[in-house]
Amino acid sequence: MERGAICPDCFKPAKNKQSVFTRMAVMKALNKIKEEDFHKQFPCPPNSPKAVCTVLEIECAHGAVFVAGRYNKYSRSLPQTPWIIDGERKLESSVEELISDHLLTVFKAESFNFSSSGREDVDVRTLGNGRPFAIELVNPHRVHFTSQEIKELQQKINKSSNKIQVRDLQLVTREAIGHMKEGEEEKTKTYSALIWTNKAIQKKDIEFLNDIKDLKIDQKTPLRVLHRRPLAVRTRVIHFMETHYVDAHHFRLYLKTQAGTYIKEFVHGDFGRTKPNIGSLMNMTADILELDVESVDVDWPPALDD
Amino acid sequence: WIPSPKPLSRGVPSLVDRYFTRWYKADVKGKPCEDHCILQHSNRICVITLAGSHPVLQSGKTIKSISYQISTNCSRLQNKVSGKFKRGAQFLTELAPLCKIYCSDGEEYTISSCVRGRLMEVNENILHKPSILQEKPSTEGYIAVVLPKFEESKSITEGLLTQKQYEEIVVKRINATTATS
Repeated sequence: MERGAICPDCFKPAKNKQSVFTRMAVMKALNKIKEEDFHKQFPCPPNSPKAVCTVLEIECAHGAVFVAGRYNKYSRSLPQTPWIIDGERKLESSVEELISDHLLTVFKAESFNFSSSGREDVDVRTLGNGRPFAIELVNPHRVHFTSQEIKELQQKINKSSNKIQVRDLQLVTREAIGHMKEGEEEKTKTYSALIWTNKAIQKKDIEFLNDIKDLKIDQKTPLRVLHRRPLAVRTRVIHFMETHYVDAHHFRLYLKTQAGTYIKEFVHGDFGRTKPNIGSLMNMTADILELDVESVDVDWPPALDD
Repeated sequence: WIPSPKPLSRGVPSLVDRYFTRWYKADVKGKPCEDHCILQHSNRICVITLAGSHPVLQSGKTIKSISYQISTNCSRLQNKVSGKFKRGAQFLTELAPLCKIYCSDGEEYTISSCVRGRLMEVNENILHKPSILQEKPSTEGYIAVVLPKFEESKSITEGLLTQKQYEEIVVKRINATTATS
């Protein structure tokens, strides 16, 4: 195609894309091309066409619409996305399906793309105000909704499952995806963890953790994700910690951390590959029994009065 | 060293028991009792460790030093891995040496990979504090992390012993020693 030949490095064929001319690729090419080259290739007014154009096929599709909100997750056996290995579903349902399936129906859309400001493991709950998410509905056949109708859609989702709940459901623009990324990479999060220790502890043994502020930790890529992530060391900050004694071998830890911190590995140390860790700070072996996300500190999407 | 059931002092399985399967190789390279334990994660990554019956872990043994310089031209410390597909990693065969352990009694032990795959990293913490290897051989005292090829992730365990098979071998050894003494 003519345009592909002018800016070839912007239009590389890729397996996953239906067309080489994606929105991003076209925008990149337009930014890259020099003013003079553009005028030369595409004069205004354009040259007269040499042949008659015949229509082969007409396909209509509506531009995507975006719905955002925040979700709470109350199940410890629910994955973010469908968990399927060799065509076999390992765990029933997923966060994205429980929310998006209702939207697909109401918006009469072909498919969806779910994104969120980070995500939690299958066995981790999301409490507090919940985690921001944005869903792109592809080729929707219905796009006009009143805020009342969106409220009712939110209630419908919340009535249909006790594993997840959504709030602040609203129509947003494409800029939503940028907010998701910013939330994932830059914003702090708070957690609560139930910790087990191998040695018996007393209340005074965990008090020192409350006084540690802005602790820098070095985390090698955790072994549990090393098969699909590059091997690297990431420095992260634990802003503050608060301990609550439970018994001789258990305590609750509340902590606020920088985005991208692996909490489980900060507790058990991941074979000493996260340093320091709770075990090394306390000079014993520690393990994590339960983890909850208490807050995702992102101001977006705007909170709605219910 | 006698195998014994792990006490459940916590009521919940340990980190290793939750995510890993233990595989063993006994008398590695024909050297009696130099047993290795390979921790295989559910995502196929293998952590190479010493089995409890290895001479280095017996009481009375003091480690003088550990070296990852396995030949004049090859140091496991020089291993560099880049990207999601771990390019540039040193490739290991089952008998590839990982490190050498020098003990105060003059004995020298070579630790082998036991699995084929790309070397991700060797444990630098045991270089600075060799006692960690003896105190926590299954966690902080690990030797190396190896990533087997995707196609080989199931077949790598074909040449290895299960926990039960390993314990039977150790019991046989003890019975053999008590029979002759």
